[in-house]
Amino acid sequence: MKFSGEYSIPASQQRVWDALNDPEILKKAIPGCESIEKVNEQEMDAVVQASVGPVKAKFTGKVLLSEMDPPNAYKLSGEGKGGAAGFAKGVALVNLAPHEDGTLLHYDVDATVGGKLAQIGQRFIDATAKKMADDFFGTLSDIASDGAGATKIEPDVEPGEEQAVPPLIWIVALTTLLAFLIFLTQAFQQ
Amino acid sequence: MISKPNFTGIGAPIQRKEDKRFITGQGQYTDDIARPGQVYAAFVRSPVAHARIKEIDASAALELEGVLAVLTGAQLKEDGIAGLICGWTVQSKDGSDMIAGEHPALAVDKVRYVGDHVAVVIGTTNHIARQGAELVGVDYEELDPVVDLESVRGANPVHEEAANNVCFEWELGEKEPTDDAFGKADHVTKLDITNNRLIPNAMEPRAAIGEYNQAEDHYTLYTTSQNPHVARLVISAFVGLAPEHKLRVIAPDVGGGFGSKIFIYAEEVVCLWAAKKVGKPVKWTGERSEAFLADAHGRDHISSAELALDKDGKFLGLRVKTIANLGAYLSTFASAVPTYLYGTLLSGQYQIPAIYVEVDGVYTNTAPVDAYRGAGRPEATYLLERIVEKAARELSIDPADLRKRNFIDQFPYQTPVIMNYDVGDYHASLEEGLERIGYSDFETRKAQSEAAGKKRGIGFSTYIEACGIAPSAAVGSLGAGVGLWESAEVRVNPTGNVEVLTGCHSHGQGHETTFAQLVSHRFGIPIESVEIVHGDTDKVQFGMGTYGSRSGAVGMSAITVACDKVITKGKKIAAHLMEVPADSVDFEDGLFLGKDSNKSLAFGEIALAAYTAHGFPTDEIEPGLKESCFYDPSNFTFPAGCHICEVEIDPETGELDIAAFVAVDDFGTVINPMIVEGQVHGGLVQGIGQAILEGCTYDKESGQLVTGSFMDYTMPRADDVPSFDVGMTVTECPSNPVGMKGCGEAGAIGATPAVINAIINALGVDSIEMPATPERIWRAANGL
Repeated sequence: MKFSGEYSIPASQQRVWDALNDPEILKKAIPGCESIEKVNEQEMDAVVQASVGPVKAKFTGKVLLSEMDPPNAYKLSGEGKGGAAGFAKGVALVNLAPHEDGTLLHYDVDATVGGKLAQIGQRFIDATAKKMADDFFGTLSDIASDGAGATKIEPDVEPGEEQAVPPLIWIVALTTLLAFLIFLTQAFQQ
Repeated sequence: MISKPNFTGIGAPIQRKEDKRFITGQGQYTDDIARPGQVYAAFVRSPVAHARIKEIDASAALELEGVLAVLTGAQLKEDGIAGLICGWTVQSKDGSDMIAGEHPALAVDKVRYVGDHVAVVIGTTNHIARQGAELVGVDYEELDPVVDLESVRGANPVHEEAANNVCFEWELGEKEPTDDAFGKADHVTKLDITNNRLIPNAMEPRAAIGEYNQAEDHYTLYTTSQNPHVARLVISAFVGLAPEHKLRVIAPDVGGGFGSKIFIYAEEVVCLWAAKKVGKPVKWTGERSEAFLADAHGRDHISSAELALDKDGKFLGLRVKTIANLGAYLSTFASAVPTYLYGTLLSGQYQIPAIYVEVDGVYTNTAPVDAYRGAGRPEATYLLERIVEKAARELSIDPADLRKRNFIDQFPYQTPVIMNYDVGDYHASLEEGLERIGYSDFETRKAQSEAAGKKRGIGFSTYIEACGIAPSAAVGSLGAGVGLWESAEVRVNPTGNVEVLTGCHSHGQGHETTFAQLVSHRFGIPIESVEIVHGDTDKVQFGMGTYGSRSGAVGMSAITVACDKVITKGKKIAAHLMEVPADSVDFEDGLFLGKDSNKSLAFGEIALAAYTAHGFPTDEIEPGLKESCFYDPSNFTFPAGCHICEVEIDPETGELDIAAFVAVDDFGTVINPMIVEGQVHGGLVQGIGQAILEGCTYDKESGQLVTGSFMDYTMPRADDVPSFDVGMTVTECPSNPVGMKGCGEAGAIGATPAVINAIINALGVDSIEMPATPERIWRAANGL
């Protein structure tokens, strides 16, 4: 499944980048994030507790970073395993750009979910993903803008063909995204 | 006899004997059975559709307290346990046998669908086993899955043996005469059609208990099976787990099958094998989620069809090209369903001089597909009734009239696709259907609907099916690995009551009632004196099981013949006791009567005499009164009927109301009209479910099951269906002693096209996909 989204955040690009690279902020912003650990320069592990409808699981995620262009863009590939709950994996391209209100954050995600999460969670994935996205960007922007908040421009979820797995990817993407950002943070701190 | 009070024989609508235990919670299903010391199995299932297994790490699971074993396909292979089989070998056009990919009970190198069995964890409790299964780490190297039926060729092979993912390329009928018929046609109607995939969803999920007795080297399997003897035969002869005489298979009360419990599944084999490994009975009860993933699914065809007609609307020829999804592995009867149970029914109720059908059976990374209520016949009926309806529309001929012009009305009738119809009266069922629905007033009702802003439509389905499967020689010549006779044993006890052991298996059909009615009628004894025994290979001599609406036509025929043998022997005993010549005894209403004498002996008296054996020549007459029969039918039976559906649609919302549904069926002799009506109702609901609600969907890119729960897979509910108007016309089946044709699948076969034809008629469109959800109807109604 593929989806993308855009947020305008009333803070400078540098400020957003910094916030995105602040592990404490990321940990606060990622819903259910329990830990993020860097394995090496390209790889990090994250643990996120997530629930989609009746499926609750602790997702252990691996995140790989590539095509880094700080402070403008990067690509992250991630895979989260939730044991019997299934798995989620995907690739996200994230861009930051100047915007009239401050900074425009744009992401494109291509992701897959499997196992019980795909089997049972269908009805809940969309709503859950949207809520997680809103929670994440809301928290992040609150902090980055000292309380001014973010504006979701287009939660550009492609209208559901029945065959398409709904944008569960939101979850994955965000989880991965966050993990990735933390990684970046750490990378920059060095 | 029907006028007698308390009559319980053939034709009596008595209540079902078995329902007392079912509705008071006293049924004994597999999961109700607890064997001493039993432990539990949980399966590790593939979360991906297609992958190589790089590594299975059981260490964490084995550390969990209470986990006794983690067993894999490699160990199964080491123990010499072979894979599951498909029992019907279909040949391709070029004469080559179908390509049956390996089907290990636990995956060895590859997983081939989401839900495929990777390993089993045995734990002291169900909870521990499941916890253990979550701890088994499997490393997969993912491969692109094959999901889309139209692009299997050239995609990654599901099985290396079948490079193009093609299992067989089958044909039936004659191509040249059919092409010639199209050359002469005044009109050709074309239709591309999809028969949507269905998930069976029996009320009781599958379950199994495997048990091993080391002292006797003997296995017992309790399982949710429609055919325990076939399960035993396959598990012993092909899987090689135990010799047949060292394996007992018990199928106790089973809560619905619809075909999905015919097949021999991995879980049954694994529970038996694991029971020996861990030295304790091993129990597995499937979760609903597992049923969605790993029960064999049904239908799933895409077809292109062409019907040639002359200027008078007479059918000249039919050409069909179908791709049938077989799923990732060939299930037990998977190859027969889209071939010999499908192509052979494409003549329907019509005289079609030339028919040619090609079917490609293909592998995909989805759950296996096999027989589901109707099995091939719904697919044939749906295609034929849709294209006939379309032809009527194109030629502006009344759809009922077009059918009448083409009905077969001379019997026997040999179709161009193997079947020889023995008897039927298709005009009678259509006429009664038209009368019941009030066809002559349809235009008035339509005008009323239109005045209210609604669209009203009427749709027909004049279906035929081939049941009572089947003559052993016939199916053998078409590739079946077994004969399809049925066996019965009638044991008359010394006190005059009767046990009937049947090779059929009742899982909702009401055999314990209808079979007893037959015997009660035949012997003139109260129905309470008859007990039906089924579902245990240690009790019943043998049996081919229940599917294909065969238990009445084949199973009850076997019982009838065995009853007749009892009566014949009873007459000999009676003649001796009454001191009359052996050929001068009649049997009527439970009494043996000496002709030309006033002597009579009751059935019970003869039973007692047979066992006391005092004073009759045991060199001429053996003691005892027990007879058996292996009955092989001489032909298929051909239930047929007319289903008419009337719908009203709100074009603003796409909401569908089934305003009326008439089903007029010809099942031949009816033993219990109430049970038959119940079977019809159940079938109609399933047929309507396929038409408007049910549809199994896999994600085309990932192979994930998108409709994996009742939240996403819509089962019909009571308020989705109307109050049915069910009628019957009867032409007795000449090929069996009871005159029965079978009623179990008719509803699911006839209803689907009637509903879709009604929707198409209402909307004035050429086509709509199933399930015809309100959204699809709304789009079609608004030209979107």
